[in-house]
Amino acid sequence: MLEIPCPWCGPRNESEFVCAGEADRKRPPDPEAETEEAWADYLFNSTNPKGVVREWWWHVSGCTHWFQIDRDTVTHEITPVEEFSK
Amino acid sequence: MWRSPDPKREYDVVIIGGGGHGLGAAYFLAKEHGITNVAVLEKGWLGGGNTGRNTMTVRSNFLREDSVPFHEMSLDLYHQLSRDLNYNLMVSQRGMITFIQSSAANRIALQMANTMHIYGAEYRMLTLDEVKQRIPIFDPSPDMRLPVRGGVYQPRASMVRHDAVAWGFARAADARGVDIIQNCEVTGIQQEKGAVTGVETTRGLIKAKKIGMAVAGHGSVVASMVGQRLPITTQPLQAWVSEPVKPVLNEIIVIRSYYGTYLMQSDKGEIVVGQGCDPYPSYAQRGTFPIIEDATTSMLEVFPSFGRLKLLRHWAGMLDIPYDGSPIISKTNTRGFYIDVAGSGGFKTTPAAANTFAHLIAKDTPHPLAEKLGLERFSSGRLIQEGGVSANR
Repeated sequence: MLEIPCPWCGPRNESEFVCAGEADRKRPPDPEAETEEAWADYLFNSTNPKGVVREWWWHVSGCTHWFQIDRDTVTHEITPVEEFSK
Repeated sequence: MWRSPDPKREYDVVIIGGGGHGLGAAYFLAKEHGITNVAVLEKGWLGGGNTGRNTMTVRSNFLREDSVPFHEMSLDLYHQLSRDLNYNLMVSQRGMITFIQSSAANRIALQMANTMHIYGAEYRMLTLDEVKQRIPIFDPSPDMRLPVRGGVYQPRASMVRHDAVAWGFARAADARGVDIIQNCEVTGIQQEKGAVTGVETTRGLIKAKKIGMAVAGHGSVVASMVGQRLPITTQPLQAWVSEPVKPVLNEIIVIRSYYGTYLMQSDKGEIVVGQGCDPYPSYAQRGTFPIIEDATTSMLEVFPSFGRLKLLRHWAGMLDIPYDGSPIISKTNTRGFYIDVAGSGGFKTTPAAANTFAHLIAKDTPHPLAEKLGLERFSSGRLIQEGGVSANR
């Protein structure tokens, strides 16, 4: 069981959250200008690293806040990234 | 069983990954394409990756027209391989019954049955009485939260001894001249002018004209050595087994089909239980507790008597799950670098993936049954969205 540090609620069980994928994904500003390969890369490809990855998590069964964490996919060590927005 | 040669300086084909897929690909390269100057490189021991971490189930109850014939080919091959390899894969054709516990499950089952019948795969609906008749230990309580209304049955679904698949392929490939090299980890891939020229390994540089990647659970890691990004995430799929008991279950049972909790009794008598994969990427080879709790709860609702069983072992296999849940057997942007990403549950696809992967490597064009499984489906938008996998995203 992972303990996810929600910036609003504090550490809570993973079952309250949805892991929403890698945070470094950037939507191309003009999709029409992209090649099909580049657009598919944005839509479908992942870095999927073995090691630390920065991710979005959604506290769907809690405060519903979206936030980022750094998580090691081998050791499951988690480092908070952001404070709750001021 | 097989030799343990030192790696030669150069091979026509190097396969990365000595599991069922890699060893099978080497076997079919030698047998069907006459390419025997082949090495299979395995960083650990044969079949010690996810070939040894699945639940031994093979089936072809899928939703899409592109999936069914591919998985049927796998079943066909599994049912004849013991003879071809002269090695007993302990195929046990016991059938699979999926319980119908919602109107949505009923609709999906009918849709799958219709698609499967087009390709000659039997999938038939069972009434509740027929389900009870086949599974005497199933005694539904009227208070069940999701009452079982009936079932859907694939008679040809089977259990296959997973270690034997790796060993059988290894022995047969070795006999045809394939070098199987264990404890040899690939650390880099050499290229020249956009084409592969060899692999750097913990046992030195090995030159190769073509490289096939068959590394379940490490696809992104190895593909990144040629800068290839893949539409996959790596997630654990857990399973756990009870102490052995006398025979009580013949068929493989899927309950609450949306979540895909499944259970079966192994030849040794253990009750094997599993569910969908953990809901976030991980290479940790261990699972998270909510899945165990959830699957055990849904199993006990249908089979309350299993509450007396003691848990004996628990493990997690790593799945490289493609975005659409279907296998990827494809060329890449680097010439001579081919990938076989097993999809969500690679054990059942092992012989078909190995066979079509060998075809792709040998001829540089896809096998007719794997034509639509290439990476280009992601840029063309022709995804093969599969709901029939145990680990849908």
